[in-house]
Amino acid sequence: MKITTLKGALLATTLFSATAATAQDATLIIESWRNDDLVIWQDKIIPAFEAENPGIKLKFTPSAPAEYNAVLNSKLDAGSAGDIISCRPFDASLALYDAGHLADLSDLSGMANFSGVAKAGWSTDDGSATYCVPMASVIHGFIYNKDVFAELGLEVPTTEAEFFATLDAIKEDGGYIPMAMGTSDQWEAATMGYNNIGPNYWKGEEGRAALIAGEQSLTDEGWVAPFRQLAKWGSYLGDGYEAQTYPDSQNIFTLGRAAIYPAGSWEISGFNAQADFEMGAFNPPVANSGDTCYISDHTDIGIGMNVATENPEAAKIFLNWVATSEFSNIFANALPGFFPLSNATVELQDPLAQEFISWRGKCESSIRSTYQILSRGTPNLENDTWNASVAVIKGVESPEDAAMRLQNGLASWYAPQQ
Amino acid sequence: MATPSKPQFRWHIAVFLAPAVLVYTAVMIYPLFNTLRLSLFSEVDQDRVWVGLQNFRTLFGDAVWSDQFWNALANNAWFFMIHMIVQNPIGVALAAILSSPHLRFSAFYRSAIFIPTILSFVIVGFAWKLILSPIWGIAPGMLDSIGLKFLYQPWLGKEEYALTTLSLVSVWQYVGIPMMLIYAALLSIPDEILEAGECDGITGMAAFFKIKLPLILPSIGIISILTFVANFNAFDLIYAAQGALAGPNFSTDILGTFMYRTFFGFQLQLGDPHMGSAIASAMFGVILVGVCIYLFGIQRRLRNYQF
Repeated sequence: MKITTLKGALLATTLFSATAATAQDATLIIESWRNDDLVIWQDKIIPAFEAENPGIKLKFTPSAPAEYNAVLNSKLDAGSAGDIISCRPFDASLALYDAGHLADLSDLSGMANFSGVAKAGWSTDDGSATYCVPMASVIHGFIYNKDVFAELGLEVPTTEAEFFATLDAIKEDGGYIPMAMGTSDQWEAATMGYNNIGPNYWKGEEGRAALIAGEQSLTDEGWVAPFRQLAKWGSYLGDGYEAQTYPDSQNIFTLGRAAIYPAGSWEISGFNAQADFEMGAFNPPVANSGDTCYISDHTDIGIGMNVATENPEAAKIFLNWVATSEFSNIFANALPGFFPLSNATVELQDPLAQEFISWRGKCESSIRSTYQILSRGTPNLENDTWNASVAVIKGVESPEDAAMRLQNGLASWYAPQQ
Repeated sequence: MATPSKPQFRWHIAVFLAPAVLVYTAVMIYPLFNTLRLSLFSEVDQDRVWVGLQNFRTLFGDAVWSDQFWNALANNAWFFMIHMIVQNPIGVALAAILSSPHLRFSAFYRSAIFIPTILSFVIVGFAWKLILSPIWGIAPGMLDSIGLKFLYQPWLGKEEYALTTLSLVSVWQYVGIPMMLIYAALLSIPDEILEAGECDGITGMAAFFKIKLPLILPSIGIISILTFVANFNAFDLIYAAQGALAGPNFSTDILGTFMYRTFFGFQLQLGDPHMGSAIASAMFGVILVGVCIYLFGIQRRLRNYQF
């Protein structure tokens, strides 16, 4: 009898310790396309989280950016995907939510730290459900070579007129390429061109929402004006810019051969490593002095929970932690140029990154106009915007014709614009 | 001992054929038919539904799709034309020169010309992009040094030149293949025939055009059809050099890149496997028709000479 009790007790303790062990070792696997960030996760983010949350282990398993969507989709379908999913903004993640792979996180307490614009990238069209915690955004603007500006006695331009006067002055001097951008890869013309300077003309979120609602069209002045600006850019880009690729432009600028670089903030860490001159940044110049400025503060990375996870509680603890200022500070300083989206205050060390994030205080934030809803049909508005921006810069299509073409393409499938 | 024995079933034939048949079925035949099947479906609300020929109606009837399709097909035809009028004549000429017994270092030339063929598309695309680059490239500098700088254009970035430039890059890469095939064909021509011709006073260029060329015509036919199939399936070089949007302004878009964009999606454009399969099926159709025209129209008229 005694022996049986002892055995029972032993069995019970074994079982108990076994369950305790599994509870302690809740391992969360994080899927991501940011394989560049592997070291930062392993050295900074994961130790910080695990120190505070004993019992939850994190494993960051990124795949190649170009393959991420396909790999993730097949893993989710096969049931072998990780517990935590990095979310691309807008339709790619929305499709995962609709297919029942991403959990609805609207009730997560940490969500209160984010603004509506920040959450827009990972919410359903009507905004009723949010399924990823916004993690990082990229801000557009212009990076300039401070040494060149000092040498030529130039001031940082704040208005459109000053901007072109500055470009003219650099062109006249002849020693530097005024602006480093090419049209070979096409996307820079749209992303660093049209969507960089555009929000000032279509008034950021106001115009973007009106376009989605069908109250404005792409042929309205606010949407054609950025093309008129782009049409003037052609003469300030380097010789043979038609065949200049994105890495070419980066190299031209960091070698000090160009004065201004139409940029996204993700360039900061790369440029800091490459360039041996001092860099500054200015936000897209406004039409008239004193106008409200708008910036493209584009939501880029989110993080959500796989519905099929075995540790939903642990996953929620982690996601809430991502929403805190502690995570924001670690992330923003490890990756200058990827700015946290939470309302918590963040101390940035990098001066160039500080410059970029300071615009959030004086300008209105918006996201790229083509990303939400409007690029769902055929023809694809984002791809067409690349093409149109390039055509306008090269001067083979007039701003009005380009806008008309985009509008016709959009109206062909998007009901509110018909 | 005249018992009539039933002929034994020869198992070894099946055994030896099996690996090739199985592998070929798994990696070629099954995917091919599955692609054809996929093109008859579409996705509605997360479900795959049978739509018959609707995808093809969209592809050929809807201007958004058909404009892109015809543009890609026309570009593909031009890509093929350049190969036929540049690559193959040069290949034949090189083979004729190499097979001349008086040429020194012919083995060296043969290897040097053939080496680009074994290089990866990515390397070739990247190397030529650098050579032709207006910023770091050696092309502007070389033209400048002989006083022809005015001829330089950023070729890959101009709509009117980009496709021709890439076709020529592809010709540079693949000229070794027709050269090798023709070279082999030329070597197999018996000397007696040429000597007999010499007795009749046919030498030099005349010997080439009157004796050798007719004898290598079947090889030229095979090369043409190989070029046709390879060109209409091409994708890698354009993708490596110009990306999936095949810029500038789709001037280098060929069926392969068009199919890739549609099937796998691009940037914000989500992939549509069903329309992608429809395009792949159309490509298959184009190639099938081309090969049939060749087989029934041309191949049968070529005479093979037995030596």
